[in-house]
Amino acid sequence: MDLSSISPILLVASIMVSATPILFAAIGELVVEKAGVLNLGVEGMMITGAVVGFAVGVNTDSPLVGFVAAAGAGAALSFVFALLTQYLLSNQVATGLGLTLAGLGLSALIGKPYEGVKSPTLPKLDLGPLSDIPALGTMFFRHDIMVYVAVLMVILVWAFLKFTRGGLILRAVGESHDSAHALGYKVVRVRMIAILFGGACAGLGGAYLSLVRVPQWTEGMTAGAGWIALAIVVFASWRPWRILIGAYLFGGVTVLQLNLQAAGAKVPVALLSASPYLITILVLVIISARGAHGAPASLGRSFHASS
Amino acid sequence: MLRLEKRPQPSRAWVVLSPILAVILTMIVGGILFAMLGANPFEAIRTIFWDPIFSEQFSGFTRPQLLVKAGPLILIAIGLSIGFKAGIWNIGAEGQYIMGAICGAAAGLALYPSDSVLLFPLMLVAGALGGWAWAMIPAILKTKLGTNEILVSLMLVYVAETILASAASGFLRNPEGMGFPGSRNFKEWDAVYNGELIAGTGMHWGVVAAFIAVIAAYVLLSRHIQGFNIRLTGEAPRAARFAGVNPSRIVILCLGISGALAGLAGFFEVTGPAGQITIDFNAGYGFTAIIVAFLGRLNPIGILLAGLLMALTYIGGELAQLMLGVPGAAIQLFQGMLLFFLLATDVFTNFRLRLAKKEAV
Repeated sequence: MDLSSISPILLVASIMVSATPILFAAIGELVVEKAGVLNLGVEGMMITGAVVGFAVGVNTDSPLVGFVAAAGAGAALSFVFALLTQYLLSNQVATGLGLTLAGLGLSALIGKPYEGVKSPTLPKLDLGPLSDIPALGTMFFRHDIMVYVAVLMVILVWAFLKFTRGGLILRAVGESHDSAHALGYKVVRVRMIAILFGGACAGLGGAYLSLVRVPQWTEGMTAGAGWIALAIVVFASWRPWRILIGAYLFGGVTVLQLNLQAAGAKVPVALLSASPYLITILVLVIISARGAHGAPASLGRSFHASS
Repeated sequence: MLRLEKRPQPSRAWVVLSPILAVILTMIVGGILFAMLGANPFEAIRTIFWDPIFSEQFSGFTRPQLLVKAGPLILIAIGLSIGFKAGIWNIGAEGQYIMGAICGAAAGLALYPSDSVLLFPLMLVAGALGGWAWAMIPAILKTKLGTNEILVSLMLVYVAETILASAASGFLRNPEGMGFPGSRNFKEWDAVYNGELIAGTGMHWGVVAAFIAVIAAYVLLSRHIQGFNIRLTGEAPRAARFAGVNPSRIVILCLGISGALAGLAGFFEVTGPAGQITIDFNAGYGFTAIIVAFLGRLNPIGILLAGLLMALTYIGGELAQLMLGVPGAAIQLFQGMLLFFLLATDVFTNFRLRLAKKEAV
């Protein structure tokens, strides 16, 4: 095994890239869950975002337009979920699962003509002097714009939830929808908006996979990234900053295992490929064993004004 | 302005009506989808729902396929439905199915080329245990540490897939397979081949097991105290605890049953229709079974019918792919839509639609 072939600087740089899709999806899902809704359809929305973003990116030759379309596609899919769970009061777990299954089918259907096509990718930003700092520049300041948008999104969500009135209402709805309703807040409307935001974020995450990270379209390419995003929300105990830590941790595991595979480490390849999932389980176990959950109290419960 | 009003009692009529309405709505929207894909919608719907059973040209081949495909779906869905009834969400049946297949096949291949009559039952037990053990991981984590079983069971699907890949190309590879991935073919090994029991029906031991599971689940849920405890845990967890039901035992029981049944389904599939362990022998039955469980209203008889219907869409979908050039993925979307419409129409079970004057809300 030749570990010296793994450069720590490039490793950090690629961790930032590989964490971005789950970062987008996880921060979106955090807002949804803070509003008291459990949307298990992240995987489906992500992969739909991936294929729509890729298709639009290829056809318009502009990845940024692709990202916008992907956000729209993710939001559109989440709208179906929102309609079913908020107005028709369907079971959130079942509906989310259905969304994932339907999303996988939909994406395969849309993506058929795009298999093997190359996409235009995002240019790396040149941040002037910052990019030229030795080592640090390569690690943090030579990425494409979406890497920073994802981090910015975390900051915005944190600020929104912590400092704004809207954030307070959203959290109130998630903690006790009956009290929020009694205070005159529109529970269903708040949740609808949160779900749409979550869908758009998942779409962006998916598009980052197909347009930048890979960059290609293959069927089922998210390979559980949406589920890992859901796990990261639990890992983060529903706190925005910890989402950032969680996403980079998992990005790190993914990149490291790929690097170890390439370096020919004396660990079975199967174990390495399974490691992101195994570590997700491990982290979930540690978090649950510690007992501090911090889940919104109304998470996963349907709201109807009559009951 | 339309308004939903909660029914004092869930409507019994709608419990039956909503799946039928969901199927009709899926056909309509699916038809529009097929039209957009350039296929004649009426022809496509007929090809999917009618031709596999009644067409003179194809039914000879497709009719037996109905049971071949419905068997594993029903078997897995029965197990899942018991857990869903108790509010225990095992969505990793696909992983338990894979592990059941690997363990069952491995137990047999270890004794190759024995032709003992005990071999098949031994493999069957190994398959059930494999699925059971895989389901015990989320079960024990949930009962001991309170870890979310949804995420753990789902993550284990991906782990099972990597184990499957290394089994097919490594420890279970056919030593006489000239280096190609894939295990020995059970179709060439009479002692353990799970073939048709009655020629031309598609009936193999897995289908028999599925029917037994339907009956057993029916008895369990409607006649047995454990079935009552399971239902009670799902509908009123607090009341269940006061009644002395141990929630941990229910979790272990439900995940154990669903894991073992999914493992069995995997074992029957790999020794029968699939024939060998290959990297992608699993056809997503573990996930489709979730749709089957809901479509069947978590009721054993309902699941039997839903499994047959879902099998029909698989076969009809393949037929439509062949005859009309409808992409295979469209069928997957079609199945997903069915679940959506079912969940949507389900609202009428607990609520009724009322015309109401606009009022200040």
